[in-house]
Amino acid sequence: MHRPPPGGSMGRVSAHPSPTITLRPHRCTLSVPVEIERPESSEAPFAVPEPDVPWVTIVHNDPVNLMSYVSYVFQSYFGYSKDKAHQLMLDVHHKGRAVVSSGTREEMERDVQAMHGYGLWATLQQDR
Amino acid sequence: MAGHFESLPDGGAAVPLDEVEISILRSLAVQLLELIGPGEEPGDSEAEDLLASVFNDGPSEPPADPVLARLFPDAYGGPDLVPDDDVRAASAEFRRYTENDLRARKRDDALALVRALDGLSVSSEGGGPGGAVLRLKPDECRQWLGALNDLRLAIGTRLEVTDEEDGGELLRLPDTDPRKPMVMAYLWLGGLQETLVESLMD
Repeated sequence: MHRPPPGGSMGRVSAHPSPTITLRPHRCTLSVPVEIERPESSEAPFAVPEPDVPWVTIVHNDPVNLMSYVSYVFQSYFGYSKDKAHQLMLDVHHKGRAVVSSGTREEMERDVQAMHGYGLWATLQQDR
Repeated sequence: MAGHFESLPDGGAAVPLDEVEISILRSLAVQLLELIGPGEEPGDSEAEDLLASVFNDGPSEPPADPVLARLFPDAYGGPDLVPDDDVRAASAEFRRYTENDLRARKRDDALALVRALDGLSVSSEGGGPGGAVLRLKPDECRQWLGALNDLRLAIGTRLEVTDEEDGGELLRLPDTDPRKPMVMAYLWLGGLQETLVESLMD
C-alpha cells in the first residue's frame, strides 16, 4: 500500500517499516503435534481436544462501532455480499454476536487479528 | 461542525474542514498516537529491523488502560465465556505474536490522518475562519476510516458509552458538564465516519 513519505515532526516515529505478519514464527505448527503425541501432558498451554471440529471467528456487539462500518468491514475483508454482510451485522447488533467465518485455528487467528485491526471486537473459539 | 464526506470519481472522498475542525482532529489523533506509544526502536539498517521484528515478542498481558484494552482486546474468551487458564494462556500467546503489528497498523492510520491534515493549505475568505477541502485517495480513505474508528473507540471508552441508552443520556448533557466537549467531538467523528463509509460503499 502506498504511504506518503515521512515528514514533519511525526517523521521519526514512522521512519522504520512496520513488521510484517508473515515473518512471525507461528506456534500452531509446533504445539499441535506435541499435543497429539502426548495427550497426558499438562504443560501445553492450550489443548486441542477434537482436531476435526472447526474453529470460528465471532464478532461481538459493541456500543461504539457504527452499523454501516461493521457491514463495510464484513464486505471488504471477507468479500461477503452486501446482503450477507448486512445480515451478519444485524445478528451482531441484535443477538450480541455472530459467527463471521470458520476454518482452521490458524485461519481464524488471522481473521481475529484482522478484525482487531479494523477495531471490531472479535474472538475465536472451537465450534462445539 | 457539519462536515460530510462525499465520494470522488477516483474512488476517494472529500470533506470541507474549517480551521477549528482541523485543529481538533489533529489534536485527537496526536493524543491517540501518544496513547498507542512509539514503535520498536529503529535499527541501523532494514535488515536489523527485520531481525528485531522476528525476535522481539510483544506483551502477553492486556493493557491496563481501558482504551488500549479496547483497541487491543483478548483474542480468546469474550463476554459470554469466563476465561479459564487455557483461554488466558491462548490469549497471552496470541497477544505476544500480534499486538506489536496491531499497534503499528493503528499508528500508521493515525499518522496518515495527521499528515493529510498537515498537507492542507488553509485559506481564509471574507475574514471568517479559514478552511480547506480535504481530498483523500482510496488508500487514504481506508486509513482515515481506521483512524476515525479508533478515535471513536477511544473517546467512547473514556465516556463509558456502554449501550445505546447511554448515547441518549450523553446527548442530553447540560452545557456545563465537563464531558460535553468530548461528547460533541464523539458525535462529530461519528458523522464523519458514517459519511466516509457511505462514500466508499457507493
